[in-house]
Parts: sequence; C-alpha cells; structure tokens
Amino acid sequence: MKKDIILCGVGGQGILSISTVIGEAATKEGLTLKQAEVHGMSQRGGDVQSNLRLSDGEIFSDLIPLGCADLIISMEPMEALRYLPYLSKDGVVITSSKPYVNIPNYPADEALEAALQALPKLVRADIETLAREAGNPKGANMVLLGMAAAHIGVVSTDDLRAALGRIFARKGEAIVEANRKCFDLGLGVK
Amino acid sequence: MEKKLLLGDEALALGALHAGLSGVYAYPGTPSTEITEFIQAHPLAQERGVHSRWCTNEKTAMEAALGMSYAGKRALVCMKHVGMNVCADAFVNSAVTGVNGGIVVVAADDPSMHSSQNEQDSRFYAKFAMVPVFEPATQQEVYDMMADAFAFSEKVGLPVVMRMVTRLAHSRAAVAVADKAAEPNALHPSEDRGWVLLPAIARRQYVKLIDKQKTLVEASEQSVYNRLVEPKVGAGAGSEDKPLQIVACGIAWNYVMEALQRGGVSARVLKVSQYPLPAAQLKALDEQGGEVLVVEDGQPVVEELLHAELSDKCTVIGRLTGALPRTGELTPDNVAAALGIAMPEGLPASDVLAARPPQLCPGCGHRDVYTALNKVMEEYPQGRVFGDIGCYTLGALPPFKTLASCVDMGASITMAKGAADAGVFPAVAIIGDSTFTHSGMTGLLDAANENTPITVVISDNLTKAMTGGQDSAGTSKFEAICIALGVPAEHVHVVVPLPANMEEITRIIREEINYKGVSVIIPRRECMQTLRRHLAKKK
Repeated sequence: MKKDIILCGVGGQGILSISTVIGEAATKEGLTLKQAEVHGMSQRGGDVQSNLRLSDGEIFSDLIPLGCADLIISMEPMEALRYLPYLSKDGVVITSSKPYVNIPNYPADEALEAALQALPKLVRADIETLAREAGNPKGANMVLLGMAAAHIGVVSTDDLRAALGRIFARKGEAIVEANRKCFDLGLGVK
Repeated sequence: MEKKLLLGDEALALGALHAGLSGVYAYPGTPSTEITEFIQAHPLAQERGVHSRWCTNEKTAMEAALGMSYAGKRALVCMKHVGMNVCADAFVNSAVTGVNGGIVVVAADDPSMHSSQNEQDSRFYAKFAMVPVFEPATQQEVYDMMADAFAFSEKVGLPVVMRMVTRLAHSRAAVAVADKAAEPNALHPSEDRGWVLLPAIARRQYVKLIDKQKTLVEASEQSVYNRLVEPKVGAGAGSEDKPLQIVACGIAWNYVMEALQRGGVSARVLKVSQYPLPAAQLKALDEQGGEVLVVEDGQPVVEELLHAELSDKCTVIGRLTGALPRTGELTPDNVAAALGIAMPEGLPASDVLAARPPQLCPGCGHRDVYTALNKVMEEYPQGRVFGDIGCYTLGALPPFKTLASCVDMGASITMAKGAADAGVFPAVAIIGDSTFTHSGMTGLLDAANENTPITVVISDNLTKAMTGGQDSAGTSKFEAICIALGVPAEHVHVVVPLPANMEEITRIIREEINYKGVSVIIPRRECMQTLRRHLAKKK
C-alpha cells in the first residue's frame, strides 16, 4: 500500500502546510513517509513543488518516479499541468481553478481550460472564494486539502481532520476551527 | 529511542548536537542553511552555550572551527559546495595540521544547480586534501553518522567531510534519535608543534598525512556504511553467472534500490558511503569482472577512480560513458533507465505550460535600484553593470535585464575594476550587503588604492534575504567600512530606494559615474520578507 503525491503551486502559496498535515496524519498511523521539499531561490514567486511519498513499507527514493504519482494537488491550475508526466494514467488532479498570473506569457483561458478538461480525473474549485466564504481567506490550502481527502486513501478523512487540529493547535482554538471549516468545505467539493 | 520527522539538514544538526558539539561555524547557502538554523533554535544548544552565530564567510568559519578544535572541542563547519572554494586554503591545510577536537566539514552539493552557479563535487576537495568523506544515503544515516564522524575525526586526527546533496538536505523522513546527548569535550588546548606549518614542520606533517591513508582505507573497508549486497538468487534477467555489478554512492543507493525492487534485473550492489573507496570490496568486484555501473550524484569522481582501481576484467560505465547523463542530478528515472528497468508511463507533457521563473518580491528595494540604474545606463550604451550573488541576481532577468555578469561572491566589484582598467565606461558594480562583507571588501580596497573609476552600489536590505533572512555581518557599518578602505567620504552616499526618491537616486548615480575615482552608493531599505515577519511579530 503506497500513495505518491505531488504538491505544487507558486512560491508563497502554502503547499508545505498541506504536506505537513498529511505527514502528521500518516506518521500517527504508523506509515513510512518521505517528503522532498523545495527551498531557496525558486521560492520567490516561481513554480514550487514537493514530493510526498507514503507507504506501509520501506520507501527508497525521496523523489517520485515518472508515471508513479497517484495524486497531483495544486494551488494553481497551470502548475498542476507542469507535473503530468509524473502522474500515473489513472491518477487524479486536484486543483484550484483560479490562475495566478505573475508572468507575461500565461496561457490563454481557452487553452488552459481545454488542457484541464482533457485530464482523466479532475477535481477543482475556486478555493480562494470558498475560503473567504468560510470566513478564513488564508485557509485556501486547507480547502484544497479537504478536496483531496477522499483521494488520499492511506489515511482517512477523520485522521486528516484530527492532524489538522494538532498542527494548528499552537496557534489557538479559533485558528484550528477556521481551518477545519475550510477543510470541511473542501470535503463537499466533488 | 524517539522518532522525529526531520529534514536531512535537521538530522545532521541534531546528530552533531547529540555528539557533544561545542560550536557550529557557517555562512548560509542553499542547501546547507537549515543546519545552523536548527542548532540556533535548539534548547540544548542554548543550554550548553554552543556557538552558533553566523560567520562573515566560509573561510572565517573554517578557521574558527580549527581554533575550537585546537582547544580540544568538537566543531562543525557548514556551507554550500561553492563555499569550499572560499575556505579551501584553511581546509586543505587543516589536513596537514591535523585536528585535536573533532571537526566535521559539511559540504552541501547542489547537482542540477537548483540554487547555484556550478555542479562542483566536494568529494574532489576531500580527495585533494586526503581526508575521509561520509556520504549518507538516508536521513537516518545522516543522524547516525555524525557521532561516528566526530569520533573518527578525533581517532585519525583529521577533519571529516560530510557530503550532502540537495535532495537529502531538503527531504524529510522519520529518524530514530538518541534520548540523551554526549557531553562536550573538556578544554585541552593542543601542545603539538604540528600546528605551526613552517616548511620544516609542514614536511613532517605531510608525511604523517600520507601515512594515515592506509588507516583510512581500512576504516572504509570495515565501515558499517559501506556494504556489498549480493543479488537475490533467481531474480530474473542477468542472474546467470555474472550479475550486473553496481557501485552506488550516497543517495544513489536509494534510486538503485527503488529500481531493483521493481524486479526483472538482478544486481550485485556495493553501497559506498565512506571514502576513500574500500579496497577489499573493490577487489571482490574485480574478481567477478564484467560491467560495473557507477551511480553517483554530482561529478564522475568514483567512475574516474575505478578506471585505475579495477583491472581490465571490468568495464566501468557511468556518467562518462553515457550510461547516465553527464550533467544534472540523479533521479529514480535516469537510474532505472541505466539499469535497463522499464518504468510506467505517465500522462503526456502538457503543451500549454509557461515557465515561471523566480522574481523579486513586490515592493522589494532592489526593484527601485534597478529602475534607477536602468534609467541612467540607458544614456551609456557602452557601459556595463556587473552583478553578484543574491536575490538581486534576478536583475539579470526581465523586466530589468540590467546585469552583464554574475560569477561568484564579490566578483561584481573586482570585475568592474578590471573592466574599467580595460577602458569600459561607466563600469558599475552591484552587490548585496552580506555579499559585500563576505568577499567584496578586499576588491574595494584594490579599487580604492588605485582610485579606479568605478561606482559600487551596495544594495543594503539589512539581511541575507536569499537564504531566508539571516543576520548580515556588516549591518550599520557600511559607510564606515567604505571610508576606512579609502573611498572619499563625499563619494559615499546613502539613499532610500523608493519610487518617490527616483530623481535623487538617478542624479547621484549620474554624478558618481562621472567622478573619476571610486564611489559607493548604498540604497538602504529593509527586505520585504523580513519586514513582514517583523510586523507580524509586533502584532
């Protein structure tokens, strides 16, 4: 039993918090984990990704091989497409639907839409709007985690919800609740 | 034993603390920065008073560590690979003096140049200096090796190089850690004359270093980190009389095992994580003969060595023969391909992608500096702006495209000087505050001594921004430093880089370009990232 997940987005969007929560839940369940992160220059508004590998056995490579990822979880729609060669043929893409445009040559709406439509399995939502609706504009990444929860499999939705509580606990109960609300909204996105 | 989820860098830091570390000496650089930061924040380091303040550069770091070792205590030196160039003088000679307290020199290599200017492999430096190298494969090994590396350093009286690579430094896994830390060494300054490298003494010391080499090879042969793994019987193709032989160095072990677990290929694998190479195990490879695939991250160091170490019964293949790519980091994919193992196919690459390079933050002061420089330099199409290492190197990319060069720490000032000597006008240098104190001051002294007509912009954001906002060694001292080095006080200016001050800034740049001597302009405004953190703290 294994799950290979690519988390991606633009530097500063908070993908590492998502993998921290998944990692916490997995560790608690006794799973093995490896998580390769990006630090340094690429964090400055450039594309960023993290490879998260979960297994009930030994994990050798810190990096996910091509064609082996079960999930791509992306804070940005074009960034989700950057890692498609890593996604297995029946893999799932879970993404924010809202482009983050900080480059002059961002693809046209129609081209991006066509590429997303062509994916075998796609779950997407305007996570920023949902987070604002939950009264927690900073919680878009937790909405996305909620959307991914059912697809992560090796840890249950309840495990993730509990892990989220432990990760945010030191920031106070109000922050935990605000993030849970975002997570729950994400669960409702099909 | 407790299990902790740690980055490779954090496992290294904790391993060093648990080994009774007395001081870490370092200059930040990706992917090594988190080691020192972890020690700075750790309660045990605070309780024990472990030295952990950042150094001005890697050379001062290496020398201070040597001083701590002379005094009998254990010291850690951390840097990114190119830092080895900066500290090379002290590093190479530390093998000749030898050590008293243990020294571990961490060189964090960056194959694929994620955040670097080259792919140099620190194992070459260790071989050059004739000191042992530990090259871990996993986060657990990183932690476990630290106690062994310090003990080994004291046993053989040599610094030990700990070679990290980006993927291990910045990857997290569960690590079983000891419940308590070893006590630091007591103070016992050396009485040995071997520390005075006068030629007559140095010659004796050098012979001692040569004599130690046999011990180092024997230690590698017995090391728990080096092992020869025989293939599983009947594991498929290649399992006849002569299975494929593989030498897997450091992190390469992970990729080789990842590929082999898919089945279909049987191989005899020599895991190498301690150098010099273990001669006995190499002999075992040689006895079988046939193809030997060398899988190593970085440059083909071991592959080159094996051409000499193995007889003509073996054919050595690797990065030099095209079995693996000549450049770039190892991946599970290129290693599987080298083993002839088919991997599943993913979805086709998308054709609607645009590159998203990193960029200066919105509101960053460097932006205003480049806007001003570009405005003035437009009037001088023959002029050049020489760049340096830091966030502001992004000024080479659109929309600014200001920089003519970026080579190494401090080269902006000295290259501007050389270009001015050759007749380039105007010759302008732009350098960050921390890079200036790291390696820019000596170049400025050269220029001041000759009164070379260059204008040096020290873009001061009050921090080491690129690596995450560490303290900068020269903060609040720059005007005094420049004047002391011989730049006339009336040609040292401080400005605040903001759009509202554009007229003043461009006027000063124009005037100083036309001054026939060395001038310094210091645009000073706090980094947006550290400012945000400072404001959040105040709330």
